[in-house]
Amino acid sequence: MPKLSIDGREVEVPAGTNLIEAARLLDLEIPHFCYHPGLSVAGNCRMCLVEVEKAPKLQIACNTAVAEGMVVRTDSDKVKKARAGVMEFLLLNHPIDCPICDCAGECYLQDYYMEHDLKASRLEEGKNKKEKAQPIGPHVMLDKERCVLCSRCVRFTDEVSKTHELGIFGRGSTEEIALAPGKTLDNPYSGCVVDLCPVGALTDRDFRFKSRPWFLKETATICGGCAMGCSVVLDTNTNPYNKVGQDRAYRLFPRENREVNGWWMCDEGRYSHHSVDRGRSQGPRLRGKGVPADFALARLAAEAAPLVKAHPGRAAFLLSPRLTNESLFAFRRLAESLGVAQVEFGDDLKAEGRADGFLIQADRNPNSRGARELGLGPRPGVLGGRDLLKAAQGGAFDVVFVLEHALDPAALKALAAATKVLAGFHVQEPVEAGIYTVHLPLAHAFEQDGTFTNVQGRVQRNRKALEPLGDSLPAYAWAQRLGAALGVPQAPDGPEALFRAWTQGRPELAGAVFEPLAAAAPAAA
Amino acid sequence: MPKPKMTFVERLYLPEISKGLALTSRHFFRNLWHHSLASLGLESRDRAMVTIAYPEVRRPYPLVARSRHRLTKREDGSPKCVACMMCATACPADCIFIEAEEHPDPAIEKRPRHFDIDMSKCVYCGFCVEACPEDAIRMDTGSFELAYFDRKGLVYDKEFLLNDDPHAVPAHAEPLSRGN
Repeated sequence: MPKLSIDGREVEVPAGTNLIEAARLLDLEIPHFCYHPGLSVAGNCRMCLVEVEKAPKLQIACNTAVAEGMVVRTDSDKVKKARAGVMEFLLLNHPIDCPICDCAGECYLQDYYMEHDLKASRLEEGKNKKEKAQPIGPHVMLDKERCVLCSRCVRFTDEVSKTHELGIFGRGSTEEIALAPGKTLDNPYSGCVVDLCPVGALTDRDFRFKSRPWFLKETATICGGCAMGCSVVLDTNTNPYNKVGQDRAYRLFPRENREVNGWWMCDEGRYSHHSVDRGRSQGPRLRGKGVPADFALARLAAEAAPLVKAHPGRAAFLLSPRLTNESLFAFRRLAESLGVAQVEFGDDLKAEGRADGFLIQADRNPNSRGARELGLGPRPGVLGGRDLLKAAQGGAFDVVFVLEHALDPAALKALAAATKVLAGFHVQEPVEAGIYTVHLPLAHAFEQDGTFTNVQGRVQRNRKALEPLGDSLPAYAWAQRLGAALGVPQAPDGPEALFRAWTQGRPELAGAVFEPLAAAAPAAA
Repeated sequence: MPKPKMTFVERLYLPEISKGLALTSRHFFRNLWHHSLASLGLESRDRAMVTIAYPEVRRPYPLVARSRHRLTKREDGSPKCVACMMCATACPADCIFIEAEEHPDPAIEKRPRHFDIDMSKCVYCGFCVEACPEDAIRMDTGSFELAYFDRKGLVYDKEFLLNDDPHAVPAHAEPLSRGN
């Protein structure tokens, strides 16, 4: 491995590493606009100029590979002058409309101006005017004036989404980013160009004017939109005008995780945070009527406990691949203490979409693999989801617990008619909530701690970013309260204790810790 | 806090009373002298102490005094504010709440849908005025009399903040003076 010195500090990096990445290992930030580790090197912004000994001119750090004995300076006067010069060019026609720009606060131009420029404009002629606030796709707004022509978005559509919607047109000061003729930026990953854009040229139409980024609280969590489980950051804040009186989700964007999603995520996942407020089930219901949770549980216990105790074989749990490993484990433990053998997660009932061979998986549930690995999948002596429903509709069960399954109303009616007690647990209020004997609200994935096992077999930590809405609770908490009501008290374990319990006896997860999990996650299978 | 102990002279009562009466009398005769001279036109009224019959009579406030906020307007009467939230960011009392929306004119792009200031939290520091890049908020209405039967009256909304009348009362508030 080549050894080089950057600003007098020695560092040894693999051959082929560029200087920006090498400097990063020393916690040195070489300013750059066009370079992105997930894209090819363009080398057009000229912001990353550094001095390399024995090179006649300054070199761009993004396209200079390390070499043995290289001596690099990133803090010499020559470099500082070059950076200030580049900043002056980039800001020449920039409208400086930061007050109305959504990027303000997370803008490279703002940061680098403060760090490397700090001069007033010397431009005496008027600035170039270009189009502002042009919607170029369902999710992205383009402001051509703010663009620094780094071409990150163009390279993204060429190299990652491979849809080629964007291009750079014109020359000189009329050069601009624009859509290719007849195209709109509507690929399934279009939102990524907003994250890529180092300035405010591409902004998110969904997040437009919603909040200033510095007001938002970041939570590193997992997207629950499909089995891929992309690493994401969820931004939350209170909004005095939304009347909920607690923090709400503002936006979701990908977090770098080279093992899973790289730097990207799909639009479907990106805007899935709206589900936190969409049609939520907020209060327990007894035959459709809103009641306090204790009352609902007491009535459920009064009706179900004698039946389950008399014939544990005539009770069934239909769990869901949308629940965390901890919740699945808690329900499995509850079923065991009740003596109920029929515990299944409805692998054949789960929502399926189309896989695209990149990030989007056909399985639109975050934890199918986790449920299978917990031993809740199809197995001898236990009916699968579809067979279970058929048997239940035929009157094979007295008590059925359904968690997070959007069953069609006809099937549900038949199910309710054939069973004595039908208990439902859902995140979203089912249209036919009245069909359930008791319906209890579940917390959204963003409202609870836990783990999901993605399609690669990585156990990934889901973090609580919001307080559960209304009376909703995570499924493991309902399992504990249900156990107490049914006369089989469960250990009052939090998600961490449940995690320790379910990972015990799993040699591949030996040593895994709940907080933080990233370091101990098993390698991709 | 313990009560301060009085000295022997203080406890005698009469010396302290006469000291107080002497002070009051000195002011009385001094004012009598200056007012007499002033009414004879021998001196300006400035040297005599005056009691201002507030609220019927008011002294002019200095121009730099920070009073109740107002939002400045464009020529068409709409607020100059572009909802950049600099004031809400600078506010140490966290009393400014803004929700932005799209402006129909693409040259302006952004405007406030809601702009509320909770005057019961405001500390009159003037940071919001300093932070504003558009000169859209000022504290020059000369209005300090913020008293309502209800805390809601102290939450000023965008429509109310757009007027610069120092005696204006928000429509949703019941002023203390009513019925007096």
